[in-house]
Amino acid sequence: MNTPSALIPTPAAIVVGASSGIGAAVARRLAREGYAVALVARRAELLNQIADEIKSNGGRAHVYPHDATQFANVPTLFPTILRDLGRLDVIVYAAGVMPAVDLSEFNFEKDKAMMDANVLGAMAWLGPAAMAFERMGRGSIVGISSVAGDRGRILNPAYNASKAALSTYLEALRNRLTRRGVHVLTVKPGFVDTDMLQGAKRAFWVISPEQAAADIFRAVKSRKPTIYTPARWGVVMMIVQHIPSFIFRRMSF
Amino acid sequence: MPFPSLDRLSPLENFGHSMGSPAFVYRPTRAEQIAELFESASRCGYTIGLRGSGRSYSDAALNGGHIVLDIRRMNRVLEWNPDTGVIKVEPGVTIQQLWQYTLEDGWWPPVVPGTMFPTLAGCLAMNIHGKNNCVAGTIGEHVLGFTALLPNGDSITCTPQTTPDLFYGLISGAGLLGVFTSITLKLKRIYSGNLWVHAWASPNLRAMMSEMEPLKTETDYLVGWVDSTANGRALGRGQVHAADYLHEGDDSAPAQTLRVDYQTLPDTFFGLVPKSSLWQFMRPFMNNVGVPWVNIAKFLSSRFLSHHHHFLQSLVAFNFLLDYVPNWERSYGRGGLIQYQSFIPKETASDAFVEMIALTNRRGLPNYLSVLKRHRPDKFLLSHAVDGWSMAMDFRVTAGNRAKLQALCDELSEMVLQAGGRFYFAKDGTLRPEMAVLFLGVEALRRFRELKAQCDPQGLLQTELYRRLLCGPA
Repeated sequence: MNTPSALIPTPAAIVVGASSGIGAAVARRLAREGYAVALVARRAELLNQIADEIKSNGGRAHVYPHDATQFANVPTLFPTILRDLGRLDVIVYAAGVMPAVDLSEFNFEKDKAMMDANVLGAMAWLGPAAMAFERMGRGSIVGISSVAGDRGRILNPAYNASKAALSTYLEALRNRLTRRGVHVLTVKPGFVDTDMLQGAKRAFWVISPEQAAADIFRAVKSRKPTIYTPARWGVVMMIVQHIPSFIFRRMSF
Repeated sequence: MPFPSLDRLSPLENFGHSMGSPAFVYRPTRAEQIAELFESASRCGYTIGLRGSGRSYSDAALNGGHIVLDIRRMNRVLEWNPDTGVIKVEPGVTIQQLWQYTLEDGWWPPVVPGTMFPTLAGCLAMNIHGKNNCVAGTIGEHVLGFTALLPNGDSITCTPQTTPDLFYGLISGAGLLGVFTSITLKLKRIYSGNLWVHAWASPNLRAMMSEMEPLKTETDYLVGWVDSTANGRALGRGQVHAADYLHEGDDSAPAQTLRVDYQTLPDTFFGLVPKSSLWQFMRPFMNNVGVPWVNIAKFLSSRFLSHHHHFLQSLVAFNFLLDYVPNWERSYGRGGLIQYQSFIPKETASDAFVEMIALTNRRGLPNYLSVLKRHRPDKFLLSHAVDGWSMAMDFRVTAGNRAKLQALCDELSEMVLQAGGRFYFAKDGTLRPEMAVLFLGVEALRRFRELKAQCDPQGLLQTELYRRLLCGPA
């Protein structure tokens, strides 16, 4: 029987940045796993396409066109989404921007755009979710950070800084909330075949967004604190993080 | 200030901790605040679920992601007449507050559930019954009148004589038609704080039912505990408790027993173990291995230590058995429990219950506590009552057994419907919408929807139970 059962509730998730890239793949994956998903992103047409696809596969999806940098709208939109979902189990913050930055370019507009979308948007969305989950004593918060946040490099200082800020913010949330039964996952992808890759200079070990989404879903299920996707970046970044600064600053990497 | 405010977000659960969802909880103290809440919710596109003490086993007081109106701060006694036993209270007054207020004047709530914590608003919304259902009926039968605020903006005053449709609809209406703002009840005159209790053991379910049947209107209270883990010839064995109020003069010192202190349950077990931690000691036994042994011990003690035992017991100790172990529902573990209660006409009840108990054991999902009661029908719109019997079964819920448990309950519900039985919204968390139509009947459901359209044209009052069972096509 497929009529609703109070005993077997449908889990629900919010994906911010669901219109493309890792966010879209995670949203599709969650829907396939039986989650009702709230799709949040700027581009309504793309969201509607994904929602239609999810619904045609028998899933449940709601669409909320929203620019993650319009922080003031979140206190109204978050309850609206909660109302439409009826519950909340997972929130994924996958919104992010990485404009191409020239090696000699210092552009505050671009830097601010990255901080707004990659850091402040995450705080605007994950803060209310953290409060809700803390009160519920359960739930998973997922932030899509990056290997780029592990070291400051020559290519895109503000992007590195924004992802470092996001990783540290997520770590702090985890330290606050683990004791209250809430799971916080920091995802550090390497190169993923998304629109954002257009801005990257050299790419290797490129994985599909679907592969990243599979890793993320597995990590949510097993309540891992941090994952690299693909996993081999974990080894690489362990080494990179330990390169002394006097060497690292001479590397063009 | 956005509505609803995120600060209002609270995780809510059913009483058994097996269902839950977050909601924006508002706790008004005055009727005007309820009217404001109706206005804000309607403007912002949210629905409102009504909640008292949250003692329902089902999703009746949950409204995930929407507004929940918690009535408990409206808890004043408005008028009390110790000569007539008529009391007017705000809806958030609990059964506990009520009996503690009136006991020393010699009055007792005519109908109480197995716990004293529910609010009267909740008791009326579900039209609760007690162990005296066959003699006293449901609580709604003792309500002289009430006032309510409807989502359409009307403040109404209802009595069974002047406004029967609204009276019999709002009582039993699961909080879906209006918000009670005051309730006037007629209490029961008592001459002692004790009851005369007679306990005996019954060898199986059919024997128990035939022993209880002739007593149904002869004794004030009548209830059977059933060991539902026993099989074969012992299937449904258990213990019956029959109890009577004392007549005037039977208690030589009524002033002594009609005191709150006399009634108050001790807070330690054997004077040593604090009761607040007792559920933790029960927890290791609350599984498919432990419970049959507990039941055997309980049955043997009722058979050999207290068979045909007559004794005096305080009203509180007898009526509020569930409160004897605080937080007992926690002993079911993290997944909590559900209670499956069905009401089956007397002609078909014994066969159906025997089959149902056997099925639970065959499916490997024994229920840990079963309670048998005799009932009489009533006139309320969404009534659960029948001229027959009810069996309540407590099932442990675990992360792994939910699908299996739902499937079992689907099978049980088919059997109940086959037997012409009914269900109770304070308990049911597993029924399917088409089954609700079958037990309520198309006519009752049509009348309920007419009342809903009249009282709440926008559909502001909703709960998860409403969306699960009552708002689909008839």
